[in-house]
Amino acid sequence: MTEISLEKIKERAEIDAKRNGYYLNPDPKFLKSLLQGLKKNEERYNYPSCPCRLASGKIEFDKDIICPCDYRDVDVIEFGACYCALYVDEKMHTGTIELSPVPERRPLEKQAKSYDSTTKEDQTKKSEIIEEAKVSKLKLWFCEQCGYVVYRDEPPLICPICRAKKEMFSKIKTQIIYSS
Amino acid sequence: MVIFWVYQKDNSDIMQFSKIPGIRNEHKVILFALSTCGWCKLVKQFLMENEVEYDYIDIDLSEENEKEEIRQIIRDRGGSVSFPTTIIDNKILITGFRKDKIKEALNF
Ligand code: SF4
Repeated sequence: MTEISLEKIKERAEIDAKRNGYYLNPDPKFLKSLLQGLKKNEERYNYPSCPCRLASGKIEFDKDIICPCDYRDVDVIEFGACYCALYVDEKMHTGTIELSPVPERRPLEKQAKSYDSTTKEDQTKKSEIIEEAKVSKLKLWFCEQCGYVVYRDEPPLICPICRAKKEMFSKIKTQIIYSS
Repeated sequence: MVIFWVYQKDNSDIMQFSKIPGIRNEHKVILFALSTCGWCKLVKQFLMENEVEYDYIDIDLSEENEKEEIRQIIRDRGGSVSFPTTIIDNKILITGFRKDKIKEALNF
């Protein structure tokens, strides 16, 4: 188990919020409970998975919910807060709008991997999923609006640099040409 | 104070809930939560402040087979599997921390 201090977790979140123009949850008690949740997850899984989602404990299935998760930016844009309400926008921060629960946007198939399936049929599926995870599906994607390039299986829901939507991303085809 | 209460389904699967006693105990309130989640803490706090008796499970601390069973219980009642989920009298399902809905279901 890796020990990590609450201050470190907080500092990391603060830096990330600042860089992206977000704020942290304005309620000190609420904020503390989320930071403690992140600390606990980092200590038990070795990565800070989302405190409000059930993690599988296997990084290949939890990649999308490592904080800040893949769903944060779209949720902050749409609802003013991420799913856990750790990151909020300015209106929520100043209390102009009251915080309310944000619906879960993580796809069901991804969520399912955190649950143990005891039926035989599901078990075969599970082993297939593990096989699948071993085969890297990572691709290079670039944002047509600002040129940001990222290497992952799916393009981000929005561009972290210029906030362009997922549809603005195109795959970069790589070709190796051997010449004599 | 925490007392353990056992939920039995098909006489086979046994789940361990933690019971929080309260004077408002005319309804059966079950809470599925995560030990790490902020919204879940708010529901627990809200129920406690209003002296509602309830049973809860922190699913991240549950056994693997229990996790799947909890998922089924929530899905069978038409809920999206997210936490906190509150189930009242085995039929009303409330996803997320919705004070008004909880109050309405418990008539206070
Ligand atoms: S919902 Fe918020 S706290 Fe949870 S992982 Fe995403 S950004 Fe982090």
